[in-house]
Amino acid sequence: MTDHHSPVIETSGLVKTFGDNRAVDGVDLSVPGGAVYGVLGPNGAGKTTTVKMLATLLRPDGGTARVFGHDVLREPEKVRRRVSMTGQYASLDEDLTGSENLTLLGRLLGYDKRAARERGDELLAAFGLEDAAGRQVKKYSGGMRRRVDIAASLLNIPDLLFLDEPTTGLDPRSRSQVWEIIRTIVATGTTVLLTTQYLEEADQLAGRIAVIDHGRVIAEGTPGELKSSVGAGAVHVRLRDPDRREAARQVLAVALAAEVQLDADPVALTARLSTTGDDRVAAERAASALGELARAGIVVDDFSLGRPSLDEVFLAITGHPADSRDGGATGDAPGTDSPAGRGTGGTTDSGTAHGGRTTERTSA
Amino acid sequence: MTTTNTGTGPGTATDTATGGAAGGSGAAGPAGAAGTGVADRPVADPLTELLVNRERPPRPGPVSAPATFGWRAMLKIKHVPEQLADVTVFPIIMTLMFTFLFGGALAGSTTEYLQYLLPGIMVMSVIMTTMYTGVSVNNDIEKGVFDRFRTLAVWRPSPMVGYLLGDAFRYTVASAVILTVGLILGFRPEGGPVGVLAGVGLLVVFCFAFSWIWTMFGLLLRSEKSVMGVSMMVLFPMTFLSNILVDPETMPGWLQGFVDVNPIAHLVAAVRDLMAGHVNTGEITWTLVAGGLIMAVFGTLTMRLYNRK
Repeated sequence: MTDHHSPVIETSGLVKTFGDNRAVDGVDLSVPGGAVYGVLGPNGAGKTTTVKMLATLLRPDGGTARVFGHDVLREPEKVRRRVSMTGQYASLDEDLTGSENLTLLGRLLGYDKRAARERGDELLAAFGLEDAAGRQVKKYSGGMRRRVDIAASLLNIPDLLFLDEPTTGLDPRSRSQVWEIIRTIVATGTTVLLTTQYLEEADQLAGRIAVIDHGRVIAEGTPGELKSSVGAGAVHVRLRDPDRREAARQVLAVALAAEVQLDADPVALTARLSTTGDDRVAAERAASALGELARAGIVVDDFSLGRPSLDEVFLAITGHPADSRDGGATGDAPGTDSPAGRGTGGTTDSGTAHGGRTTERTSA
Repeated sequence: MTTTNTGTGPGTATDTATGGAAGGSGAAGPAGAAGTGVADRPVADPLTELLVNRERPPRPGPVSAPATFGWRAMLKIKHVPEQLADVTVFPIIMTLMFTFLFGGALAGSTTEYLQYLLPGIMVMSVIMTTMYTGVSVNNDIEKGVFDRFRTLAVWRPSPMVGYLLGDAFRYTVASAVILTVGLILGFRPEGGPVGVLAGVGLLVVFCFAFSWIWTMFGLLLRSEKSVMGVSMMVLFPMTFLSNILVDPETMPGWLQGFVDVNPIAHLVAAVRDLMAGHVNTGEITWTLVAGGLIMAVFGTLTMRLYNRK
């Protein structure tokens, strides 16, 4: 289907400005075909703007972008013929039913009325939406909308599918449905460019990930490379007795083979696991550490193992958390070409202030 | 389960064997998948089948795509019939209000005034409803449907033309409603059915061209409210400062100067004459040329914004 040797998307120095805001500030991407490529970043990082330029919805202000070798500015029609996009906000006509929406788009793709309807209804059925097909989209739940929206992108099977934050705001069940759909789509040979705020999502689906912040790619690599820059996660412990904290720290330092920090909370400690291994290793170590604490007679009120979050990735790579939007941060981001392995040293330094937040973020 | 059924079912040994084999292989698929968690993946298999055939239909032509967008507008009316209020209730109110408000004072009787007023009030009501084109465009942008349309490889102005085709239907409805109210109140057009139809036809054609102003503002402005605001600022002077309600001869000279170049005034004169049975070539030409210019200017601006957005 796709030539696996030449990249499906190639951008160089891509720029888009809105007034004073350089939303995309020199993005270089090279997306190989036949897999999911994740673009990971916080709100406002420039993900949507980048995707819109690649899908020919926005004109770049600088740099070049080629999709299947076609320049998005010079040959937008050729690009449009091979791509589909499902935006962050379901791009459906809410007054129409799910079936009518797909029939409408099917006809606009060139199917005759009956074929368009058939294709749309088959897709709705495949997405478990046949019961809702005749209802107006405004009555759909968020997950249903998202699925119809993805179905709309598959009426003509694209060679490249842009999915802009397809699971943001979805409940866990709807999210796993969407993940399953994405896996199926990729398995049939379509390349997927997925933007997400969730490291876990990129990790689950993507073969490669670009981390983007302040309109720049700050790291690129496989999920494994990216995570190894962050460590395996962090163990958070809360003790009954603040006086035992020093003792607990020594126990944990040995059991986890990690540096342990004392949190601002007088009963809390955080150990950042530096192993690059898989999650099971981290879990086993955490379990044995809990045993060691019990053996030492230290009462633990709360114990959790947080997997690396987007925040931690950002801390590791940039030295500032993802949600910090104060100026100057862009300037000191390490070179845009740096692989994910960089900047690991920063993790422990800046980790203290941040340790407490990671658990809830990851499980969201 | 399948095996049990086949076993108890009537039939020769061969039948049972084949049935069993078929049932067996049928059951093996889902059962095998169940082991890997079929409950979590209800969509995978039928979806794969739908994604195998990557053949595509030919692109739709420049007639079919706008027509499809027009069909969408019809579907919206079907699902939200309330939106027809502005082309039914509003024109009725306008007609009744102005007939009885000015009729006695300006023409001595309402029936007499109606002969003058009705074509004008028809133009006014329909021109006023054109602004909803801009509102629909703006709404679609806000909702995100627009992005979907813009990724389609169709003739670029298709969505816009589609809006306008749907709106042309609305304009026709509004004209029919006003005509009916007028006939009930005593409007007796001398041009007969042909003259009236020609008048309505000219009005709808002009409005189709005129609406490109609103597609532009729909794309340009950020909210529905600002689209409405700008529309009102344009529409009120253009409709009131014309020959719709009163004869411009009573106006001061500078105002007459404006009325002379106001395309709405020429449209009204043309429609009025058509309905009265005269084909006023001068006014019709003026109207069509003005419509053509508006479409050329605002259509171009619209498409430029549409491609830039």
